[in-house]
Amino acid sequence: MSEMRATPVVNWTAIFKDALIAALIAVGLFALLIGLKTDQTLNNQMVLVPRPGLFGTIVALVFFGRLFLGYLNAVRSSEVKKKKPSSALMIKVEKYGLPVLIGFLVVYPLVVLGTVGPQGALKWIDNFGVQILIYIMLGWGLNIVVGLAGLLDLGYVAFYAVGAYSYALFATSEPIKEFMAQLIGEGFWQAWAFWICLPVAGILAAFWGVLLGFPVLRLRGDYLAIVTLAFGEIIRLVLINWVEFSNGYAGISSIPRPSFFGVPFNATENGFAAKFGIEFSPIHRTIFLFYVILALALLTAAVSMRLRRLPVGRAWEALREDEIACRSLGINTVNTKLTAFAIGAMFGGFAGAFFAARQGFISPESFVFLESAQILAIVVLGGMGSLVGVVIASVLLVGGVEILRELDFLKMYFGDNFDPAQYRMLIFGICMVLMMLWKPRGLISTREPSVFLKEKKAVSSDLVKEGHG
Amino acid sequence: MSTDMTAPLLSVRGVKTYYGNIIALKGVDIDVNQGEIVTMIGANGAGKSTLMMTIFGKPQAREGTITYDGRDITKMPTHEIAHLGIAQSPEGRRVFPRMSVFENLQMGASVNNLAYFSEDLEKVCAIFPRLKERLQQRAGTLSGGEQQMLAIARALMSRPRLLLLDEPSLGLAPIVVRQIFDVIREVNKKEGMTVFLVEQNAYHALKLADRAYVMVNGLITMSGTGKQLLADPQVKAAYLEGGHH
Ligand SMILES: Nc1ncnc2c1ncn2[C@@H]1O[C@H](COP(=O)(O)OP(=O)(O)OP(=O)(O)O)[C@@H](O)[C@H]1O
Ligand SMILES: [Mg+2]
Repeated sequence: MSEMRATPVVNWTAIFKDALIAALIAVGLFALLIGLKTDQTLNNQMVLVPRPGLFGTIVALVFFGRLFLGYLNAVRSSEVKKKKPSSALMIKVEKYGLPVLIGFLVVYPLVVLGTVGPQGALKWIDNFGVQILIYIMLGWGLNIVVGLAGLLDLGYVAFYAVGAYSYALFATSEPIKEFMAQLIGEGFWQAWAFWICLPVAGILAAFWGVLLGFPVLRLRGDYLAIVTLAFGEIIRLVLINWVEFSNGYAGISSIPRPSFFGVPFNATENGFAAKFGIEFSPIHRTIFLFYVILALALLTAAVSMRLRRLPVGRAWEALREDEIACRSLGINTVNTKLTAFAIGAMFGGFAGAFFAARQGFISPESFVFLESAQILAIVVLGGMGSLVGVVIASVLLVGGVEILRELDFLKMYFGDNFDPAQYRMLIFGICMVLMMLWKPRGLISTREPSVFLKEKKAVSSDLVKEGHG
Repeated sequence: MSTDMTAPLLSVRGVKTYYGNIIALKGVDIDVNQGEIVTMIGANGAGKSTLMMTIFGKPQAREGTITYDGRDITKMPTHEIAHLGIAQSPEGRRVFPRMSVFENLQMGASVNNLAYFSEDLEKVCAIFPRLKERLQQRAGTLSGGEQQMLAIARALMSRPRLLLLDEPSLGLAPIVVRQIFDVIREVNKKEGMTVFLVEQNAYHALKLADRAYVMVNGLITMSGTGKQLLADPQVKAAYLEGGHH
């Protein structure tokens, strides 16, 4: 290979022109959409409020963004085929990334506690820690269905809902509580409900996974996507409309919070703080929740990594590649698909139970299609099948939205009504577009072979588009 | 084993297969005896692949029976048929493109739970040295010929008694075609594997075959030994036109 490294030729006039055109388009597009805002005066008259600041900023962003892009492209195309981001690096990220990450996560709450103190730490551990970990777990669970088995599931949130409602309904059920009180003792159910219901929620979700699996066995690709999407909506609509069962829109409240294996997190003398001789603080429960979801997420990762090396995992991957070939090799494709749905759904159910326990309140609002879309986006963004990719994508998407909430200082610039969190869909969209441009196969797009002979040799998916010869 | 020495290993009787309302096989009779190489030739769209797939249970025959090793397999699901010792290299190879060659071969061995995996791996690597060099390569990046070798090797990994090959020479250079046919002869002679082969490459296929069938429009119109059909003027005119050496 010859190393041709000419000095980058950058045609500034062309780039400038291009950026100007993009800015003009932005002007046309956003003049009415963003530049003007309808508002009501005190006597209910509608007035138009111009927003020149915001409008100007966005047009400027488009202009300079385009300028930058043009420059990048020029530089890139003049460097004759420099080494592609090597797949060896990808493999390294996938291999060493996870242990490093786990180590970081284990010490994370303590580090945060040490740096910002219990008051500030609550936000960092809950919003940035627990919230992101829930999505990581959901991403890893969905990855089994979408990434490994190649079954495009747009209704994953249904299993999350099944898990959440299973826990919520069992834990708040008076008959069960009374029965347990008679059988074992007062307060038992309150204290142990989470730990008993967690596996139950997983099993029920798995059961629903199989139930969804049966009718869609013969479907693939877009058809499968549509049916799973409908399934997710049906579950939500049932939860809304079957009021006697799920309490409809009002949702279920005062769901028992998880205990420290029987020891509740409260200020009483039987509480966690008193038992362990420390001062009571609500942060204890948050930290505990953090470790619970971390453990659940790691369980998901461990199981999916292990399964990939077992015959069933390899069958999933083969199924994703070619169903007919699979069948003629003696693989029972019905069972293979159903196990993928069931196991994926089970982890969704675990996450759902955890979610209900953490919130203490759930309603159908939490299980809208957008959630499914977000989880799927995390899997796709991360690079189908990559565990580390899911983590990065969750941090970007979920953490990104949380960061938006922090950008209060922008109000000084755009006015008091400006709520940065409203722009989360914009961020979402920008992420997606950028992905399609630069990494159409996900952040970590190298599939590491699950079995090796002697040495590893990865073939980056950037370099090879699959073909059938 | 329930094999009666005189009964054929595979016998297809009066099989009719439909795609919706369209009939593709109009009553096919075929026998494949233990240890034979049987070839079927026929024009495009004659129904050769359909017969291969019907033997494997997808699509299922609407009428007629398929018996293998004394068992009626007409209505058996495909994956169970695979467990009876029939392996197929389907038309168009159908390797798993994003999995490595090694993993593809592992998938081939799934019916016997990888029990003989390393032994068989060595065997197919000896047969196809090209694959041995490329065990860690993604199957999708192999050349067409290499993919065909992999498809055959993958079928061999299940230690089949009966090997079904649908157009193994499709799209291959003449020299590679010869290699593939040599391999088929070798596994047949050395391992006593029974082979049922569908081919467009009539000259080579008939030379290789113990017996052969000609299929036209969903019906068997001719049968005989490979030599007989090779010498037949009708076959010559229809399937052996032009240079064939
Ligand atoms: N899935 C299908 N649905 C409907 N018709 C089909 C289907 N598969 C095959 N056919 C039809 O059945 C007939 C037989 O097809 P088949 O693939 O068995 O032919 P073939 O002999 O293998 O031809 P070739 O040599 O071109 O591979 C053709 O007319 C074809 O159009
Ligand atoms: Mg065919």
